[in-house]
Amino acid sequence: MDWKGRDVISVRDFSKEDIEFVLNVAERLETELNEKGALDYAKGKILATLFFEPSTRTRLSFESAMHRLGGSVIGFSSAASTSVKKGESLADTIKTVEQYSDVIVIRHPMEGAARLAAEVADIPVINAGDGSNQHPTQTLLDLYTIKRAFGRIDGLTIGLLGDLKYGRTVHSLAEALAFYDVELYLISPELLRMPKHIIEELREKGVRIHETTDLEGTIPELDVLYVTRIQRERFPDEQEYLKVKGSYQVNCAVLKKAKESLRIMHPLPRVDEIHPEVDRTEHALYFRQVFSGVPVRMALLGLTLGVL
Amino acid sequence: MAELKVTAIREGTVIDHIPAGKGLKVIEILRLNRPNGGVLLLASNVHSGKLGRKDIVKIEGKFLSEEEVNKIALIAPTATVNIVRDYKVAEKFKVEVPDEITGILRCANPNCVSNHEYTVSKFYVVSREPLKVRCHYCERTMEEEEILGNL
Repeated sequence: MDWKGRDVISVRDFSKEDIEFVLNVAERLETELNEKGALDYAKGKILATLFFEPSTRTRLSFESAMHRLGGSVIGFSSAASTSVKKGESLADTIKTVEQYSDVIVIRHPMEGAARLAAEVADIPVINAGDGSNQHPTQTLLDLYTIKRAFGRIDGLTIGLLGDLKYGRTVHSLAEALAFYDVELYLISPELLRMPKHIIEELREKGVRIHETTDLEGTIPELDVLYVTRIQRERFPDEQEYLKVKGSYQVNCAVLKKAKESLRIMHPLPRVDEIHPEVDRTEHALYFRQVFSGVPVRMALLGLTLGVL
Repeated sequence: MAELKVTAIREGTVIDHIPAGKGLKVIEILRLNRPNGGVLLLASNVHSGKLGRKDIVKIEGKFLSEEEVNKIALIAPTATVNIVRDYKVAEKFKVEVPDEITGILRCANPNCVSNHEYTVSKFYVVSREPLKVRCHYCERTMEEEEILGNL
């Protein structure tokens, strides 16, 4: 499968074969990393990380991935320190940065910014989040985490909990899960239900979906519980946020009804939706999930650079 | 059936089979309602064998561009376009919603990059009935009402 020069913009651009291929390469790289400590596939290659809005976790994960591949990194972590402040267009910034680098990772507050960047650039562009639209590398690392934990994705019952209305991670994850034989429980306050068009799309693709507000009643059914933060910054209206703030908390009492094998995921950062007491249980998979970002992003960087 | 009491045009375009009530919208999106725009005739709520009721728009001295035909398709997918030369229909075709809509529709998402940076807007048709399109950039879907408001 030729990934050299390919852009990674949206889960919608992937086939199931694409996803499986990336997950397999990531698994191979993780094994190699464990054996050798560091790799040199991307020696001499430069990654530019263009973070027009802050995201320490995603940026560090990409940087770590590039360093572990033997490459180097340039970039910025906020638009305030760039010529964007002087009124430069995104297209011009991209055309400039591509002269200095071999691959670009972009995080931008506007939806569609990564797609535009990819159209402008001749080198591969990887979307590290465009507004409330897509975050495809997060989705791939989520799938990778599930696959590593269970050895499979097919046949699992997965609950998505929290802000299903504004949360882009759950939108993309649900779209990607539609490639697999899974049953989905969408657990959220009424105000934060998954958008209708996404549910329709998933149903058309044959995914069995249940919508509910009841976490405790649903938890015994689940193999994976994917928790999301109710993101204050995504609400157009503060009053709406206050109505749903703190709707759910996953704690040891709630988990009493869960299967022993239940694994809890969270794209992080969390606020109060998972109690820290859960961290010490076998259920907690979210820190392992953070680690998954490195091999998955190594795979994407290496493949798009054409060095793997 | 009562005879249509509108004048025939010598040269121009007749847009027929517009869903009843959409004729004014067709005039608006083609920007025909401007002074010095030439003769324009609108027949509304006309009996139609196919549609029950329909609107008809006649425009003298104007032939539509592909872009204009695509715009009509988005708001009046049943419409037919008749090109009139010397009082006779020289050409007749049905409008068709294209698979991709380029450059004629604005994204309704205020945070879409296409509303802030220089781009040519592009949408993919997700469904024709009801009409639903997806923005190439922000991937948000727009339904009929939003499409009409952003033409």
